[in-house]
Amino acid sequence: MQVSRRQFFKVCGAGLSGSSIALMGFSPTSALAEVRSYKLAHATETRNMCPYCSVSCGVLIYTTGDKSKNAKADIIHIEGDPDNPVNRGTLCPKGAGLMDMVKSPNRLKYPEVREAGSSEWKRISWDEAIDRIAAHVKKDRDANLIEKNADGVTVNRWNTTGFLASSAAGNEAGYLTSKILRNLGVVALDTQARI
Amino acid sequence: MTNHWVDLKNSDLVIVMGGNAAEAHPCGFKWVIEAKKDRKARLIVVDPRFTRSAAVADFYAPIRAGTDIAFLGGVINYLLAKDKIHHEYVKNYTNAAFLIDEGFKFDDGLFSGYNAEKRSYGKDTWKYQMGKDGFAMVDPTLQDPNCVFQLMKKHYSRYTPELVSKTTGTPQDAFLKICEMMAETSAPDKTMTICYALGWTEHSVGSQNIRTMALIQLLLGNMGMAGGGINALRGHANVQGITDMCLYSEVLPGYLSAPTDADVDRKTYLEKRTPKALRPNQMNFPQNFPKWFTSLQKAWYGNAATDKNDYGYDWLPKKDAAYDVLAIFERMHQGKMNGFFCQGFNPLASVANKKKVGDALAKLKFLVVIDPLATDTSEFWKPHGEFNEVDPSKVQTEVFRLPANLFAEETASFTNSGRVIQWHWKAADGPGESKGDIEILAALFLKLKAMYAKDGGKLPEPIMNLTWPYRIPAKPSPAELLMEISGKALGDVFDPKDKTKVIVKAGDQVAGFAQLRDDGSTSCGNWIYSGCWSQAGNLTARRDNSDPSGLGQTLNWGFSWPANRRIIYNRASCDLAGKPWDPKRTVIKWTGTAWGGNDVPDMRPDAAPDENVMPFIMTPEGVARLFAPAMADGPFPEHYEPFETPLDKNPFHPGNPKAASNPAARVFKGDMETFGKAKDFPYVATTYRLVEHFHFWTKHSRINAVLQPDQFVEISEQLAQEKGIATGDKVKVRSNRGFIKAVAVVTKRIKTLDVDGKKVHTVGIPIHWGFKGVTKPGFITNTLTPFVGDANCQTPEYKAFLVNIEKV
Repeated sequence: MQVSRRQFFKVCGAGLSGSSIALMGFSPTSALAEVRSYKLAHATETRNMCPYCSVSCGVLIYTTGDKSKNAKADIIHIEGDPDNPVNRGTLCPKGAGLMDMVKSPNRLKYPEVREAGSSEWKRISWDEAIDRIAAHVKKDRDANLIEKNADGVTVNRWNTTGFLASSAAGNEAGYLTSKILRNLGVVALDTQARI
Repeated sequence: MTNHWVDLKNSDLVIVMGGNAAEAHPCGFKWVIEAKKDRKARLIVVDPRFTRSAAVADFYAPIRAGTDIAFLGGVINYLLAKDKIHHEYVKNYTNAAFLIDEGFKFDDGLFSGYNAEKRSYGKDTWKYQMGKDGFAMVDPTLQDPNCVFQLMKKHYSRYTPELVSKTTGTPQDAFLKICEMMAETSAPDKTMTICYALGWTEHSVGSQNIRTMALIQLLLGNMGMAGGGINALRGHANVQGITDMCLYSEVLPGYLSAPTDADVDRKTYLEKRTPKALRPNQMNFPQNFPKWFTSLQKAWYGNAATDKNDYGYDWLPKKDAAYDVLAIFERMHQGKMNGFFCQGFNPLASVANKKKVGDALAKLKFLVVIDPLATDTSEFWKPHGEFNEVDPSKVQTEVFRLPANLFAEETASFTNSGRVIQWHWKAADGPGESKGDIEILAALFLKLKAMYAKDGGKLPEPIMNLTWPYRIPAKPSPAELLMEISGKALGDVFDPKDKTKVIVKAGDQVAGFAQLRDDGSTSCGNWIYSGCWSQAGNLTARRDNSDPSGLGQTLNWGFSWPANRRIIYNRASCDLAGKPWDPKRTVIKWTGTAWGGNDVPDMRPDAAPDENVMPFIMTPEGVARLFAPAMADGPFPEHYEPFETPLDKNPFHPGNPKAASNPAARVFKGDMETFGKAKDFPYVATTYRLVEHFHFWTKHSRINAVLQPDQFVEISEQLAQEKGIATGDKVKVRSNRGFIKAVAVVTKRIKTLDVDGKKVHTVGIPIHWGFKGVTKPGFITNTLTPFVGDANCQTPEYKAFLVNIEKV
């Protein structure tokens, strides 16, 4: 006999004791007793790291979907990675708010420019942004790269454009940034390591 | 960190000074608690504030901000005077026995060779006496008056408990209690560790703060030991990795010092950087410099780098001057720069003297901000009430803002403070049209390359010849890049002992830096990371957390540079015969035929103890330097007052105004005048972080903004009473450079100190607010801070300056 949870309570309410009903073989099916399914059970788990302090805690990020081509993953939960030997699953009050960093209303979504003297942002395409920045870079480099110093020594430095590099970027992005900038001749280069 | 996070649990005594790990690194601080719980370790906290680290300490002492060298110099004096040092360690593993030039002097606060006009030292006398055999001379009895040990003893004899207390404001009995606790770890089988952070670095004497503790750790024999070492708790999750990749002007990836104008060609450059051993039998590991540098040149220029063209040496820019962040903004402020990029960096908020930084940015032709968030810097031109007063029509800078991905949206490796490189995986795409940093940089580079190919231009060679072997040129993959960083054989690499034996086949990944060559047969983007992606695959992605030694070494979790070594200088954890000082915490030991144990030995594996190869293999001496001529401001640390000091003189050198503040710190023209005086700004200010916030990021996160919504400053009950300020009052805090307004919190956690016969009050200023974010808008605290940095690395002095405070 199939009895739903709601019917079960209705029967109990009619004056019979619950335990005696159970003895008679009446009990609600367990699946239906679940309030709702556990969301994370159907999520994809990805191992990642907290980007804040240098403890660099391991985190587990849960996303909707199964990473198949047309399923757009959306981050629904982040927690500490219990396997990580340093943080062993813990996160601090900073790291406990990681979801709100990912979903911050202040995340940038598209390239913008603020023209000289203007008081507002204007949305532009990636192509326009890269074209305009590259034009600035080439013009300044071609005008100001110093090939030889006063003593005639080849120095090939370009010190009128500078770069502050991110400590939130991975090693790979950092390495590529160094590889590109040094070979453009940039010497005015620094990072958060200093401060 | 010379050691690593989990190793903190192996300590007998943990010092937290110049940092506040419980709030700034909470999940790492857990290992301090484990040490207390399981080893009965004790915790000492020395800080101007009674922090949450102090709240769980066994002993806490207050200190005036900016006087750590006075305190620690006093500890050195105590250890030497009471003979509480690890004798065998000091004699054999440090340069205590080395003889110093007889011309070396220290007189009234200045070392020999000072040039007041240049504010710098000539180092002619800061050197070893050299013997006829070409090696440095030593006196193993440590009795020669010119040996480092005797010079050091004399130097620190001035640091009496009375003078220490008078300068630091730390009560004498508290200071002596801490000396006593530290001295106990001079026993060979006891270790002390130090956890410091920006509270030590952000001073005009920052590097020397850390060196003073390094001297203590060497005297106590705590370097190389499990539960010992010098542990910098660094700022960002990958600030260690970005430092290793050397995204700053002084060095190329792997800390290879960058060429300067004096390095006219590759030969000159290499000669200057390839030292000769200063003592017999030493490893002198930097003798391998040409292998590391040539492998980097091959990684960058590939086939275009040959011995005919010095492997492309001339294509690298040569540095003519300082280009640290303060120097860059100084140049920009002088109108000498046209373009600027901020990648995940918010200098308007995080660099000293906000007004100077804002004025400098307004002089640029173009600024490019690459960031996941709408940073304050990206809107330096935009009025935000009293938080950012500016007229946009007067700012002619063209500003581009490019949306970048963040951690969850990228596959990458991060290197934690303990040097462990760990791989992580992308979970989802970023919002809108955002892209990864790699893709953004690649797009810009490929565009430039196409322009140079089509139109020509100045010096196209390094651009056209730069290797770009990526399968999808517009999207170099993190895996391809990490393999390039780790290095591979371009031709067959042979065994140096048997030239017929191939040890790495052409095209294979190298197993480590020992396989790199200086003949162009190997390429490696960063020698210290070499081996992290070997023929065995991506070792940074390893996830075996087993820990058979129980020391927490987890040698198969990720990859720790260098060579997967978890504790560096670990040869020093054993006596001369190769026996561990503490067998219960064996890091490595001599097994009779080789070094082995619970870590990768920091020693040639077959160097028998009787060969006398000393543990500090990165110095040509083979030993650690108590006397360090490489420092800009003195071979021994000395106490100097912060540039803004509440005192009218340096209590250590009351008669010499030149030695009031660090005589070798750089001050730009016009900046000396921006320093405030105690008569106008009588209170010591120090900035810090809160447990609920991370820098200027989490002000954009809702939950963190809910936890700490509003800007505040902390003052003592005494100061509150003097100024008629109550908790909750709005106050204005002024320095000579500007002001901020915030809510006052009156607290018992900050005490008024007795310093040199006067009362010194401290104002505590959390840093996390700005005009962009989901917190309540606030003032940028670096409006207040002075534009002066440490003499060695130019880290700005954020931790000790002067302010005034009044109720609004």
